[in-house]
Amino acid sequence: MNDDSLSNPVMTAHKVSVTYGDKCAVRNVSLDIGRNQVLALIGPSGCGKSTFLRCLNRMNDTIPSARVEGTITLDGQNIYGKKQDVAQLRARVGIVFQKPTPFPHSIYANVAYGPRIHGLARHRADMDELVQVSLARAGLWDEVKDRLSTPGTSLSGGQQQRLCIARTIAVNPEVILMDEPTSALDPIASAKIEDLIDELRENYAIAIVTHNMQQAARVSQRTAYFHMGDLVEVGPTDRVFTNPQQRLTEDYITGRFG
Amino acid sequence: MNRRVLRKIKNGAFLSLSLVATLTGLACLAAILWTLISHGVSGMSGRLFTQMTPPPGSQGGLLNAIYGSGVMTLLGILIGSPIGVLAGTYLAEYGRNSRLSLTIRFINDVLLSAPSIIIGLFIYEIVVVRMGHFSAIAGALALAVLAIPVTLRTTEDMLNLVPIGMKDSSAALGAYPWRTILSVLYPAARSGIVTGLLLAIARISGETAPLLFTALNNQFWSTRLAAPMANLPVVIFQFALSPYNDWQDLAWAGALIITVTILVLSISARVLLALLQAQRGS
Repeated sequence: MNDDSLSNPVMTAHKVSVTYGDKCAVRNVSLDIGRNQVLALIGPSGCGKSTFLRCLNRMNDTIPSARVEGTITLDGQNIYGKKQDVAQLRARVGIVFQKPTPFPHSIYANVAYGPRIHGLARHRADMDELVQVSLARAGLWDEVKDRLSTPGTSLSGGQQQRLCIARTIAVNPEVILMDEPTSALDPIASAKIEDLIDELRENYAIAIVTHNMQQAARVSQRTAYFHMGDLVEVGPTDRVFTNPQQRLTEDYITGRFG
Repeated sequence: MNRRVLRKIKNGAFLSLSLVATLTGLACLAAILWTLISHGVSGMSGRLFTQMTPPPGSQGGLLNAIYGSGVMTLLGILIGSPIGVLAGTYLAEYGRNSRLSLTIRFINDVLLSAPSIIIGLFIYEIVVVRMGHFSAIAGALALAVLAIPVTLRTTEDMLNLVPIGMKDSSAALGAYPWRTILSVLYPAARSGIVTGLLLAIARISGETAPLLFTALNNQFWSTRLAAPMANLPVVIFQFALSPYNDWQDLAWAGALIITVTILVLSISARVLLALLQAQRGS
């Protein structure tokens, strides 16, 4: 199925399976994540796309019953290896969740949270700059530059989600994972996030889970279709949407189920 | 009779019943407060806060008892609440549904509703008997044991109310659990945890039974923690039961002082938290 292995992927999943107790959520998935491009993971609810996404920075570690098999490498190194420090991995592979969850801190402290953990800024001035650059990259700087000390929760939903993206960018990751980042937002705020994803592609590899097929078509270069825990098809987004090679994919994108 | 009218009647009946129940409760509360104020105010004077508890028939105040209550409540909270908060944190964040957590949670629930006189006897056995005499520190320990289950329960409940996404987001930025707890969960649950502390203070500052077996009482000014110490609840208990009018007046005044203190404490803490929250907007 994996008809487009990439020549120099940033992450590679090889035969990854995830089980919760005796329920198999992801089965034998092999998938590359390419540099400077957006990979969309689509499929009906419960198909395992979010579970797979969360394997990529080991967010499933927090679920005691979850078991991950297979290998996932980041720049050639196994992220499930014994030597891998999870905190370090998550600094390199960030994730943005469905619901924006600003910390109960100021806008500034929200962005500075990650860098402080990893000791990324030695002086106050460095931190100021890092916060500004991150907010600017998330397209939020102009809207909040005069009120950095106000609470992150005082922002609108769309702004909060961009704050969460800024917070993720601030630790300078290589890969950004997004788990339905716009499903809690209105169309205008969603459009802003989509534009932002397109800009972020210049500097980061991005994998996004979305239920919105138009969104997948708009923002991604590659699309992977999941069904009942299997990776059914992956390929260039144009091709998958105009000429799907699997019957299941075609049924899903033409709206026959999902 | 058509259904709409019947429905309205049912609704009206239910509403009246709820209203009557509410009013009954409030009326009892008002009656208690009124009795307390009408009797207590006559005993109020500057002497209360400057003089020691007197022998019958002579003038005096409650200074030693007020001081003793303050010290033992403070010590009780200082010893008990860190244990309660940390144990609550363990249950909510680390232990979850492990066998140990389930056991701790069950025992804590038992402790939460245990009669306070049992706690007093317990400290009497393990502290007072060994020391050979009553002491303020034994009183503080008894109050600490009472404060633990209250703070433990509220801390656990409040931490469980913090959205899971917030915890995940912190972990996703590479934070270890201790960091997430200190920098994200505690700030997010702050007002709830503080409310728990206030509840604990309110609970222990009025307790009589545990102090009767531990700190006992002291007619004189004493700041020694190893010695018996006066305290409002025991003084109220002793003076209210006495046949002397001046002692009974002091008991009423003492009861009023405890009530007003707790009231002021609760209200000011709530105002403070509201201000803090308005400032940080969580």
